[in-house]
Amino acid sequence: MGLTRRGIDGGAAFSLLAALVVAGPLVGLPLSFIAAPGSLSRFSGLVPEAIAATAVLLVGVGVGVLLLGTALAALVSFFDFPGRGWIEWALVLPLAMPGYVFTLFALGLDVPGIRSDLGAVCVFTLVLYPYVYLLARAAFLAQSRALLEAARGLGLSRRAAVLRVAVPLARPAILGGVALALMEALADFGTVNLLGVRTFTDAIYRVWFTALDRDAAMQLATLLVSVTLTLLLLERLARGRSRYHQHAARGDVVPPVRLSGFAAVAAAVVPLALVGVVVAAPLAQLAVWSLESIDEGLLAPEFATAARNSVLLAAVSALLVPIVALLLAYAVRTSRTHVAGVAARAATIGYGLPGSVVAVAVIVPLAWLDRRADAAAGTGLILTGTVIGLLFAYLVRFLALAWSAVEAGLLRIPRDLDEAARGLGADRLEVLARVHVPMIGTGLATAALLVFVEVMKELPATLLLRPTGGDTLAIAVWQATSESLFETAALPALLIVMVGLLPVAAMIRLSGRRGAELEAVPA
Amino acid sequence: MSAAIRLEGISKSFGATRAVEEVTLAVERGELMAVLGPSGCGKTTLLRLIAGFETPDNGSVEVGEEMVAAPGRLVPPERRRVGMVFQDYALFPHLSVEANVAFGLSRRTREERDSLTRRTLELVGLQHKTGRYPHELSGGERQRVALARALAPEPEVVLLDEPFSSLDATLRADLRREVELILRDAEATALLVTHDQEEALSLADRLAVMREGRIVQVGAPEEVYGRPASRWAAQFVGEVNVLAGVAREGGVETELGRFDLRAPATGTVHVAVRPEQLELSARHDGNAEVVSREFRGHDVLYRLRHEGGRTVLVQLPSLELYEVGARVFVRPAAAAVTSLVD
Repeated sequence: MGLTRRGIDGGAAFSLLAALVVAGPLVGLPLSFIAAPGSLSRFSGLVPEAIAATAVLLVGVGVGVLLLGTALAALVSFFDFPGRGWIEWALVLPLAMPGYVFTLFALGLDVPGIRSDLGAVCVFTLVLYPYVYLLARAAFLAQSRALLEAARGLGLSRRAAVLRVAVPLARPAILGGVALALMEALADFGTVNLLGVRTFTDAIYRVWFTALDRDAAMQLATLLVSVTLTLLLLERLARGRSRYHQHAARGDVVPPVRLSGFAAVAAAVVPLALVGVVVAAPLAQLAVWSLESIDEGLLAPEFATAARNSVLLAAVSALLVPIVALLLAYAVRTSRTHVAGVAARAATIGYGLPGSVVAVAVIVPLAWLDRRADAAAGTGLILTGTVIGLLFAYLVRFLALAWSAVEAGLLRIPRDLDEAARGLGADRLEVLARVHVPMIGTGLATAALLVFVEVMKELPATLLLRPTGGDTLAIAVWQATSESLFETAALPALLIVMVGLLPVAAMIRLSGRRGAELEAVPA
Repeated sequence: MSAAIRLEGISKSFGATRAVEEVTLAVERGELMAVLGPSGCGKTTLLRLIAGFETPDNGSVEVGEEMVAAPGRLVPPERRRVGMVFQDYALFPHLSVEANVAFGLSRRTREERDSLTRRTLELVGLQHKTGRYPHELSGGERQRVALARALAPEPEVVLLDEPFSSLDATLRADLRREVELILRDAEATALLVTHDQEEALSLADRLAVMREGRIVQVGAPEEVYGRPASRWAAQFVGEVNVLAGVAREGGVETELGRFDLRAPATGTVHVAVRPEQLELSARHDGNAEVVSREFRGHDVLYRLRHEGGRTVLVQLPSLELYEVGARVFVRPAAAAVTSLVD
């Protein structure tokens, strides 16, 4: 073991296995170009269309969330007005609103022009701006007043100082937020599909279900992944620099300036109106529709099954994914080699990748295993025909989410404690069970809650991989909305949003004090 | 007496750094041994090799009568019967004092676990704090919990890594005595690592002086202090004057006068003369001048400039004081026996 700094030990072996199982299918995606080189040419119209739609979406949403998120963050960070304390937090609530639920609301009200590229850009901007808002706000609060005061001393007005000093200083955080929002927009399927915007995720769905061409779907997925990975890289780069910027800006926080008169009223009313439109109004409308649907018997007959399926899938994932994440994080911790850390990073690339990509990627190896198992033991389609395939896709997609919560907790435990426990006769698994798990209980609970909520609202992977009779609430919303049965879609949508509010509420409670670190807030 | 720990030629490198080199050492059962060395000399690595947190590149480690590390054999830390007290104690923050102490007893029966926990907590005098959590304790209490936790499973040996370094200087002397009494009460074998020579000299039955990964001297405190094996060891363990001289007939002639030698020698040699092996008298035609004076209560350390130009350290009881600037005559104290050094 003295020589294993570069070699393989137990921890490294486990994380390598996890990386292979979780990331292997994703790496296999580009191989479809070799296996069936001509597939995509049958759908020659799809790719330019998807590229154009995706480009419009990226530019539109990028500009939208940049302006809206930064402006709101600057408003609550540098100015004081009545109700700021809780408006600051209300502005986070749209995180709980999945794009397709807001789309259901907009379609149900028949908002003019909503079925267009511009409509999709507006929907995404309204539900995704909190990413920019949260990161920009955290960056503003970490800035030192000395810099802003220096700018004032050099003759800038307060507004000019904010624009010319504070915003440029927060640029890495703001760009990081924009990248995260764009990744979410790219991953979305429900919104674009319902609004008839033909992006990559929509193309994958159509090629898969209408043309039943797996190779073409994989190739489209590969193209989409390359766009997503570029964004991921940008986000990493931006985050890397933001650390530097924040260290360079220690000192007293900037005291907000009190607004008065019309400005104060506007500062309070505009954000409230925004949250009203994005969260309160849809919730109210959904509630009304839900009641109508119950009264008039419009509730889908499969509603109970869908609700049960959603809860079961979410609960099993909330148990499974954090456990895998914990074992992986612990394997990295106990391994003395760098291999383990690299492997863990590979195992967690699934997050940020669109659900449709993950679904397309995992189906091929699973189908192959199914054929082998069936030929050998007559098991039928034990993986692709049941929820096992779907759960596996959730693992690939959400492992990183659980990992970040678990690993952050684990990193705070000094290594001395591991050694103290080993010295007292505990083996590696006992150290995990008796020292780590009790100490990172909150992190594990957070991971479980986040995975639960994400699985509840997950649409594209579920749509592609669900077994027969395996509809979930998210699918019920999508199906009813695409058939313009808005009342029928309302109750499942309402339930999804209510569950989605849980982690947002928990986050707000945990970060009661001003200036709390919120960089790690997931959707 | 049988050895509780036996190290045979163990070495450990980290990359190009040789942390421990060819160390051979035995700790007798019931003994309190200190490994003394400057920081970075490899002494903590030595402890971690014994505990099993590091794997030796070469050599073997025996704990009790069991070989725990040797070429082709490696017993994991949890099966080594070694208790460890960490520098910052490493108490489990989510467990009470009682649960911390009982942590290593999970494989015992319930009665055994309860009685061992209770007995150990009484031994360290914390029976009234069993339900407290580590963050509610003082530094000294935390240390006693750490010690109790290490002692409770009745290990072959307790390893203590710089046990007093995170305590206030004022607390340190008291706690040192307390820890020693607890270890003696428990009839435990202990190996303690420290860079504090006063701590090592006052606490240990024997000490091993370590430098750059090697053990340079092993012996009782008075032996290491009185008969240092090298100039470096002499300087590291206490204050010393190293004087050149010519040896003949069981003595050595130096510029400060004649000293007796422990072992006969001839020719030009260096001897290590401790400050208390010199004495002063006030004389106008003295051979030295007092440059500075460090008053330590029961004694005083003088720094003199000898007429030959060198600085000489002299330690005397504080009964009679010499002023800075005074002319004095410095000479060997009666019965000053010195050792040769390199």
